[in-house]
Amino acid sequence: MIELENVAYSYGGGELLSSITLALQPGSFHFLTGPSGAGKTTFLKLCYGALVPTSGHARLFGADVRGMSRDDIALARRRVGVVHQDVQFLDHLPVADNVALPLTVSGRSSIDEGANLKELLTWVGLTERADALPPELSGGERQRAALARAVIMSPDVILADEPTGNVDWEMSQRLLTLLIELNRMGKTIMIATHDLGLIRAAKSHVQARVLRISNRQLHLAGADL
Amino acid sequence: MKFDPAQLLHLVVGDPQADRVVPPSGFTAKLTLFSAGVMAFLAVFALALSLASGRLAARWSDELSRSATLRISAPSDQIAAQTAAALRVLDTTAGVASARGLTAEEQRALLEPWFGPDMPVDTLPIPQLIEIIEDDNGYDPQGLRHRLAAEVPGAVLDDHTRWRRPLVGAASRLKTLGWLSIGLIFAAMAAMITLAANAALAANAQVIQVLRLVGARDIYIARAFVRRFTLRALTGAFIGTTAGLVAVALLPSAQEAGGFLTGLGFAGVHWLWPLVIPPLAAVVAFVATRAAAQTTLKGLR
Ligand SMILES: Nc1ncnc2c1ncn2[C@@H]1O[C@H](COP(=O)(O)OP(=O)(O)OP(=O)(O)O)[C@@H](O)[C@H]1O
Ligand SMILES: [Mg+2]
Repeated sequence: MIELENVAYSYGGGELLSSITLALQPGSFHFLTGPSGAGKTTFLKLCYGALVPTSGHARLFGADVRGMSRDDIALARRRVGVVHQDVQFLDHLPVADNVALPLTVSGRSSIDEGANLKELLTWVGLTERADALPPELSGGERQRAALARAVIMSPDVILADEPTGNVDWEMSQRLLTLLIELNRMGKTIMIATHDLGLIRAAKSHVQARVLRISNRQLHLAGADL
Repeated sequence: MKFDPAQLLHLVVGDPQADRVVPPSGFTAKLTLFSAGVMAFLAVFALALSLASGRLAARWSDELSRSATLRISAPSDQIAAQTAAALRVLDTTAGVASARGLTAEEQRALLEPWFGPDMPVDTLPIPQLIEIIEDDNGYDPQGLRHRLAAEVPGAVLDDHTRWRRPLVGAASRLKTLGWLSIGLIFAAMAAMITLAANAALAANAQVIQVLRLVGARDIYIARAFVRRFTLRALTGAFIGTTAGLVAVALLPSAQEAGGFLTGLGFAGVHWLWPLVIPPLAAVVAFVATRAAAQTTLKGLR
């Protein structure tokens, strides 16, 4: 579903990432780790087509990102749920509307989906805050809302960039549980994180592979974690 | 950037969900409404000017080619004889439909504005005037002058062309200027709406980015903005046009003032012309906002 073939990326200076090859298998669970500034966010952006590789090929659902039209990109984004590191919402709309935004923009906000939305808000524990505006949310609440928004379209792939960056251990466990549940439902998951504790905690529940970015390369980390 | 009427209709009907994703913008909204209104108001006057000067030019050039005056200045005992001779010449001139000597009353009426009703016009040595009406083919003024010179020494042919032609020219120039002004008014409206739309797009950069990230197509994002500006321009232009029409209707009628000007205003079906202004403003706003939105979106993946 997402394939990178000999991909390199540079923001203009030297290459940040070089010769990266990876094919995400449906239903797989990956962690992505590496020091701050190594290029985790950049890597995820290459995966969901927000950046075009400076060389090599990135394919999203079989289509080369480089040849995609603007509408193709929009349609692909409906099939990939992304939890961004710097989550942004529409600050003038309540949380519930923000979570449902992907449905709204794709013209799918029907009654059925309304029931889904309630269920989803319960699932991330935001029922009480459904009518709050995003700027009124705590960091953890924002990240849960972001996760809910990322999964509401029932995407095939979920890419989460530091989804537990702002939350305490208990909450990060809860978010992890949500992602593991999604994986059990057949979704492909990739989580970028610094938090080795989180990776260890996950490994007892799910078959997770750990990818590590170092020296501009992507490595499959061993069992030594 | 094609203009599609069906799209415009869809836009006016709208999608309340899509409308909410862009926060309401009070101030730019009012400014857009105001400028569209003012521009429409001005457009009504430019239109009235164009149509009125068009009528004036048409009427003048019509009269210009159809009538002339023969003036007979002679000692008073010869006037009657020379008038009769001149009428005989005119009767046999090709291209003259009819010729008629003005009566003393008609001549007095012509002079009254200048000398007042009490002037004893009869006792003055004023020339006799003969009104000549051409037929469709027209006559040859030079030929006529030659024949008159031979047979009626006191006759002077004034075919009006000399002093009316520049007036006709001025009136058509005025008409052209009126249409040019209408064009400029709509261009200025497009410029102002583009500025307002760009301001709104810049103020909503985060909104646009979020929409794009969650999978909104360009057309969906653009429509939210385009719809607002189109409706504002339509509403503003409607108010401005109505005000302009009322103002034109209230202008004093030119007829009372002496018939020289046809008067700034609309005549007959011309009153329907200003109704084109609001829809035209809406189309201008639609195209301008769409272009602005597309430009902004192109800069964002
Ligand atoms: N838009 C940009 N233009 C130029 N340089 C950038 C841009 N975005 C990121 N970088 C640089 O690229 C490098 C990698 O950034 P990236 O955000 O991918 O790191 P990261 O691994 O996600 O870091 P962190 O763990 O802190 O989130 C950094 O040195 C960063 O400064
Ligand atoms: Mg990052």
